[in-house]
Amino acid sequence: MSRTALDRWLNTTGAWALALLWFLPLIFAVWTAVHPGEFATRFAPLAPLTGENFVNAWNAAPFARYFLNSFLLVTFILIGQFVLCTLAAYAFARFTFPGSGVLFALVLLQLLVMPDILIVENYATMRMLGLIDTIAAIGLPYIASGFGIFLLRQTFKTVPKELDEAARVEGAGPLTVLWRVYIPLAKPTYLAYGLVSVSHHWNNFLWPLIVTNSVETRPVTVGLSVFASVDQGIDWSIINAATLMTSGPLLIAFMLFQRQFVQSFMRAGIR
Amino acid sequence: MTRPSLTLRREWVHGWLLLTPALVLLFAFTHLPAVTTIWDSFFSTPRGRREAKFVGLRNYETLLADDTFWQVLSNSLWYAAVTIPVSVGLALLMALWVDGRLSGRGFVRLAYFAPTVLPLIAVANIWMFFYTPGFGLIDQIRGAFGLPEVNWLGNPDLALGSVMVVAIWKEAGFFMIFYLAALQSIPPQLREAAAIEGASRWTFFRRVTFPLLMPTTLFVSVNAVINSFRMVDHVFVMTEGGPDNASSLLLFYIYETAFKYWDTAYASTLTVVLLVLLSALALGQFFLLDKRVHYR
Repeated sequence: MSRTALDRWLNTTGAWALALLWFLPLIFAVWTAVHPGEFATRFAPLAPLTGENFVNAWNAAPFARYFLNSFLLVTFILIGQFVLCTLAAYAFARFTFPGSGVLFALVLLQLLVMPDILIVENYATMRMLGLIDTIAAIGLPYIASGFGIFLLRQTFKTVPKELDEAARVEGAGPLTVLWRVYIPLAKPTYLAYGLVSVSHHWNNFLWPLIVTNSVETRPVTVGLSVFASVDQGIDWSIINAATLMTSGPLLIAFMLFQRQFVQSFMRAGIR
Repeated sequence: MTRPSLTLRREWVHGWLLLTPALVLLFAFTHLPAVTTIWDSFFSTPRGRREAKFVGLRNYETLLADDTFWQVLSNSLWYAAVTIPVSVGLALLMALWVDGRLSGRGFVRLAYFAPTVLPLIAVANIWMFFYTPGFGLIDQIRGAFGLPEVNWLGNPDLALGSVMVVAIWKEAGFFMIFYLAALQSIPPQLREAAAIEGASRWTFFRRVTFPLLMPTTLFVSVNAVINSFRMVDHVFVMTEGGPDNASSLLLFYIYETAFKYWDTAYASTLTVVLLVLLSALALGQFFLLDKRVHYR
């Protein structure tokens, strides 16, 4: 074997070994979820398949309600973020006004000091507003997203000024220009940011755990933790089925849109 | 300066109006709480009818004398010191593999990236099962080699390490994406030129690729620092900070102090420590690495 061939063989083997290692937890979870409990730790290749674990998990906790809550939550956050971040990004990208530099620095500060860390004070604020145990309380701190404002500002800045001016000459006001010129040209950024935002907030746990305390408001992540810790003891087959179920929507979306997903994370990362 | 013209002043008003909704929420849930956290750390916790009263530095004195705090702080620093370099290094390796010629590249990339889209709280459940003494996959493999059972999450010496493994597994694929994006933007002519010069692959990596990736490394590592202090979900499922706070992290301790013991003043004091630590690390990293970043 020549040196380059050996080199390639080593690289391929290494890449695949790591990939299998990385995939192992998922394979394992799928294995236990689709087989009867007694095969959870016994790896017989011909073990009978079953969907019973999923049915049991679904019936053991109000997962339908949790899914609805998560769905409402990510929709609320996404719409709020799109509206607020678009307006703010437009202001930073195309308007000159006193204080814009300082205000933009304050927006960027949020990338470092995230609401995730300020749980104590934000809880007090929510209690003052009477919003404890509402879906609004889970979403509100995240709606004015520094990351979203920054990302959209960068995109809006690449829009040629001539397009903007042409629309203004025709008598369009600032909001019409935003709607007709900027937003259509920024569609890929919206898709990218939307995917990142949805997956982030579907997965968020600590803040929803703190501000919710009833079935009517809990998102799936909190629902799953309540279910796994209190109700089940150590029935791993059912816990793994529930785990896969909660990750299911994202995992399926990811498999279907793998290319877009990876590309949008890349795009979102180039800050 | 002359008085601004009417159109200019109208532009100011438009700019401010567009910003207002976002800024109100941003101030309400980020800037204001950051300031009140510092303010509250100088007061006592209000309990029942007793209102909060000014106590000066007493909360900070408590902090210095709190053994749990020192333990948790050292855990958090160890956690950052191990998970950040390992996950960033693995991310770079993954990106180089997936960027190069590789059979089954699609599957490999999927495998690396999949943990990123799953909820940390959910994957922690799966890892719990891995770590189960005796029955878990790790112990079954050890058992096949005749090795004894290990209580991975119940042993104070192993719990923090076991938690770190999950964080590395979850984060590496995420950082890989940024390296992959950067690698794909490197002009292929550079590689051709290096090949003509007879440079080895390692030389090419060390002299060309790695320096060109420095802005990405800076970006990724600042993110990694922030994430290492922010993501504590798996601790809730796997160990609840135990045994004996061996795997407790700063944000988890803040949660416990505020929402289990309801000592909000002390929780604010701990949050101040977290804010200072985070700012110092992120800024320090920025200045340290920024000098070595070669912008194109």
